[in-house]
Amino acid sequence: MSVGETPRERSWTARVRTRAEGALPPEKLLPDKQPAYVASWIYVFGALTIAALLSIVVSGMILGLKGPSWWHVTGIGRFFNGIHLWSVEIFFFAMVVHLWGKFWMGAWRGGRSGTWVVGAITFLISIAAAFTGYLSQQNFDAQWISTQAKDGLNAVGIGAFFNVTNFGQMYTFHVILLPVAVIALTAWHVLLVRRHGVVSPYVRALEAQAPAGAPASGDGQPAERA
Amino acid sequence: MAGLATGALATTPLGAVFDLSGVPRYVHWHFFLMSVPNLLVIALMIVVFFVAILLPFPHRRAQP
Repeated sequence: MSVGETPRERSWTARVRTRAEGALPPEKLLPDKQPAYVASWIYVFGALTIAALLSIVVSGMILGLKGPSWWHVTGIGRFFNGIHLWSVEIFFFAMVVHLWGKFWMGAWRGGRSGTWVVGAITFLISIAAAFTGYLSQQNFDAQWISTQAKDGLNAVGIGAFFNVTNFGQMYTFHVILLPVAVIALTAWHVLLVRRHGVVSPYVRALEAQAPAGAPASGDGQPAERA
Repeated sequence: MAGLATGALATTPLGAVFDLSGVPRYVHWHFFLMSVPNLLVIALMIVVFFVAILLPFPHRRAQP
């Protein structure tokens, strides 16, 4: 707070708004142009992951509202169960290809380490969300998996912190806690991508960093916008 | 590499080339143990990764 600020400017809402506008002005938040190097199929898999996540959330809400007798017995219930399962398959498929692409691009360059770390944490929490989904099926498969998981978690010394054989606990993790974490982290990840831009290829970064024979650092600073 | 042939055969001509509904086959080689469906998904991910890099993107505009 500086000396010249009015009471309105000192309010926390005004400070948050000013900071948000500085970090993510509208043209950065919703850009209508991207660098030329983004015109590649490898850049599609992040958006595909988000599309699959949306399908997971919608089908999961329907499954949760209708209940296990519906998703196990009725034809339409099995259909939505299948939609949920295959959305998860596509989610992880696309996320892994996205991860490989970003790893080989060195997507943490140019001040983007936060974007990389948030993405990695989202990946790990997604695995936990998927595992608790196995435990929430309400069938013998889920019972078998829960006892196997309990043995495994006990073996690594973390079995006392949560109980994978407790259906209510695992269901709460699966339908509330972990999805909220995945969605929030995904939103944060996307905002970080918007703020810092898409990392440039190594060759473009080297050209941008060494205009007059200077040694190139290749730190992935954004090239000029197309 | 030795596979454990316990998978059920597809029952219809239109069934999946690889039957993913029956008891899965496993590939077991020394410490490595993985079901064929999981192995196929990983192989497909690698294929898709290289295709995504090599396949030209449509509607590419001529830009510097």
